[in-house]
Formats: sequence, C-alpha cells, structure tokens
Amino acid sequence: MRITLDSEACQGHGRCYTLAPDLFDSDDEGYAVLKVDGEVPAGMEEQARLAADNCPEFAITVED
Amino acid sequence: MTDTARPPVDDWATDFDHTTSEYAQNAPEIWADLRSRCPVAHSERFGGTWLPVRHEDVVAVARDTEHFSSEGVIVNDYKPVDLAPIGYAPPITSDPPFHQAARRLLLPAFAPKEIDRWEETARATCRELLDELLADGRDVVDAAVEYTQHIPVRVIADMLGVPREDGDKFRTFIHRIIEAPGSAEQEQIAYEDTLDHYLTQVVEARRAAPREEPQDLVDHLLAADLDGQPLSDDHITGTIGLLIIAGIDTTWSAIGASLWHLAQHPDDRRRLVEDPDVMVFAIEELLRAYAPVTMARIVAEDTEIGGCPVNARDWVLLPFPAANLDPEVFEDPHEVVIDRQRNRHLAFGVGIHRCIGSNLARMELRVGLEEWLRRIPDFELAVDDPEQVRWSAGQVRGPRELPVRILATVPHSTTEVR
Ligand code: SF4
Repeated sequence: MRITLDSEACQGHGRCYTLAPDLFDSDDEGYAVLKVDGEVPAGMEEQARLAADNCPEFAITVED
Repeated sequence: MTDTARPPVDDWATDFDHTTSEYAQNAPEIWADLRSRCPVAHSERFGGTWLPVRHEDVVAVARDTEHFSSEGVIVNDYKPVDLAPIGYAPPITSDPPFHQAARRLLLPAFAPKEIDRWEETARATCRELLDELLADGRDVVDAAVEYTQHIPVRVIADMLGVPREDGDKFRTFIHRIIEAPGSAEQEQIAYEDTLDHYLTQVVEARRAAPREEPQDLVDHLLAADLDGQPLSDDHITGTIGLLIIAGIDTTWSAIGASLWHLAQHPDDRRRLVEDPDVMVFAIEELLRAYAPVTMARIVAEDTEIGGCPVNARDWVLLPFPAANLDPEVFEDPHEVVIDRQRNRHLAFGVGIHRCIGSNLARMELRVGLEEWLRRIPDFELAVDDPEQVRWSAGQVRGPRELPVRILATVPHSTTEVR
C-alpha cells in the first residue's frame, strides 16, 4: 500500500497523527509530517486508511 | 431568551433567522428540511444572508478565499467596512495574504505538543469543579452552569495570564457578541463594560510592567513581530479578543452537548467507562454530531454558491454542524456511532481558517468527559423531555442549562491520576 500526503492541502487538523501515530508526526506548527516514504510498512495499513478517511482536507491518499 | 424584536420566521428557506430560539431548539431538523428542498437558503435579514447546508457547498465557500472574505465572521446588522485583509480580530477576520502571517504567530502556541502541557491544569480544574459540584450531596446538578462553562474559561485565562475571576466578564462579552449580535441591548452598554475596554486595559497594564521572558500569550503577542515591526495595538487586542470569544463558548458548548448526549445514552456511557480506547473516536463523533460552531463570510465579489447567485456584500453563514449531518458524506448522519471510523467532519472548519484552537478544544473536551465519567459514571437528564433543555441561539450552539440527575458517584479518594 502506498501513502501520500499533500502538504499544500494540510491545514493541521491533526487527525492523522492522532489516529496513525506510526505514520504521521506533527511539526512545530501542527502540520502533518509523513514518517514513512511512500510504502506503508506491513501491519500499518489500517492506520493509513484511518488517516486518509478522517482528514477533513482530503490531504492524504492511500493506494493498494 | 435572546430573541430580538425581529418578526417571527415565515419560511426557513426564504426568511431564516439563526438568532431565534426556534432555530436554536430545532437546528438539525431545519437543516434536514432545507437540505431536501433548498440547500442554499436565503434571508433578507441582517442585510441579506445565505445559508448553504450541504457539506459540499460549505467546503467550497470555506476554501474560496477569493470570492468570500473573512472580514466579517459573525452575522449582525452592522457589516464591517473595508477592514480586509487584516480585520478586527486577526487571524480569523483576515484574508490572504495577511492571514497566513498572523496565523503563523499563533500556531506554535496551539500545536499539539504545546497543548499537551496544559492537560494537567485542565484536569485539575475539572476535578476542582466536580468536588464543588458534589460537595453538598445534591442529586440534581446543572452540568452546563456548574461544570462545562467553567473549564475553558479557566484554561484560557491561564493561557493569557489574566485572573481566572475575569471569567465572569468573558461570559458577558461572549453572550453579547455571539448570542445577541447587534441587538438594542448592546447600544446601552457603558464603554467601561465592553470587551474593547477590557482588552485595552490588559495590554496597557502589561506594557507598563513588561517581563523579560514571555510567560503567557499576551507577553508573546507583545514581543512578536511581523516583518520586523511590532504588532499594532489593534492587532494585539483583536487577537486576545479572538482567543476569548472563540476559545470559550465553543468548547463549553461541545462538552455540554456531549454530556447531554451521554445523559440519554447509557450504552455509550458504559462503553466510555469500560473501554477508554474508544474515546479517541467518541470525541470526533460527538464533535461531528454536535459541532458547536457556524462561521460566516462576506461575499467579496458577485459569485454563486451551489448554483445560487450571490451578490457582493451579502453575508454567508457556514454551518459546519449542518455539513456534518449531510447523508451524502456520512452514513446514518443523525445517529451517534460512538466508534465511527470514517469521520471527515468539519467541526473545526476547513481550509486556511481551520480553528487554531482545535487541539486545545479536543483536549478540554476529552479531559472534561474523562473526569466527569470518572466521578459520575452514571447520570441522566433531570427533565422529562430533552427538548426542555435550552440551546444557545446564534452561531455557537450548545445547551445553556443542563440539569442532570446523578445516579452513581465514585469518591474522589479512589480516583487516581492516570
Ligand atoms: S488530518 Fe489532514 S489536515 Fe490534519 S494534519 Fe493530517 S494531513 Fe493535515
């Protein structure tokens, strides 16, 4: 599974790093930082999906 | 009641008035009705106001900063004139490009890691309030008046570094500005009793006795600069005013609405007590279902909303709670599913004006519920009909009185800090 974050679209709602702390971190202003590069590590698919489904800005995309 | 002397509403699609008690009590039904027959309602009131209720339209307006200005965010009879792009309460009333600079000044103070530091203070505040509430052994208490409204008041006072006793003043200012905007009541108020005067005094006092290291948000704003220039006094007082106005009523409403829900749903109550892991989803679901905040915009140039032509200088209400109940986006939107997994709700808005206090509000809501449930795991509404609970009118929605009957308590001594 691949995951991408559109940093331009991110407004720092923080849903992703709350729901998927292994995949996302927050920067000093609360914007999201993706902790992995492209490929979602095995076992984290559910977290990835949660992050994508809860971002109000549609800033996260996952692809199988 | 805050109803002004305006005539009764004739038809919600063509003559709505969001400041009436009828709207306050029946908003979800009104939105559902409008969604099915006229998803962008219009009213001549307040000099011309629009009300889109679909998720899609609300998002489109919120994101379109070119056609919709933020210089007015609370609909009333007096539209601000030519204040953009700074506005009277930056950054909420600012438009790009000024908006981003003003927002950046505040973001670090409201980022998750900074907000984490306030959690223990918030928890201690909740415990104090619960101790007071339970002290005399009553079985019926008012959860809104005696509990929820004090939580954000005290937290914001601490963050600003002003006395907690000023909280009573905050509540008066907020009521006037949000619940009774532009009513005749306001014209008779002495300047000494206004928010404006309060803010000026706070800033003057702090300037007279400056501190070396910023210790609170007021110090922080006084020390901040924009492009090498200190902030203007208007900017500073506007921003402090914003934190007071936006940070209190909203959060208090969210905690109150959540308790209103839990008082009526024993299963959800039990689930939260027995399975704390569900809290992270429950918080979002309660925020979705009972989102307190409706923002507003002023149309900057003639355009359209969902196919409806709108004219420059009209008001547009952005009812985030209505967007959160849109069946196009949420399955069974009118049901509170305490562990809902897909929840792209707009409780904190969307786009560049996303609520800057969202991390703070979430923390207060979580702590407020956790502490309540820890001491009072079982309770119910103390009125026969949930409709008897009075909800606030205007752009912030939440129960203003919340009589609950306490069915079980846990003594303080056995409650351990996690
Ligand atoms: S949930 Fe979306 S908007 Fe919020 S921090 Fe994550 S990516 Fe950004």
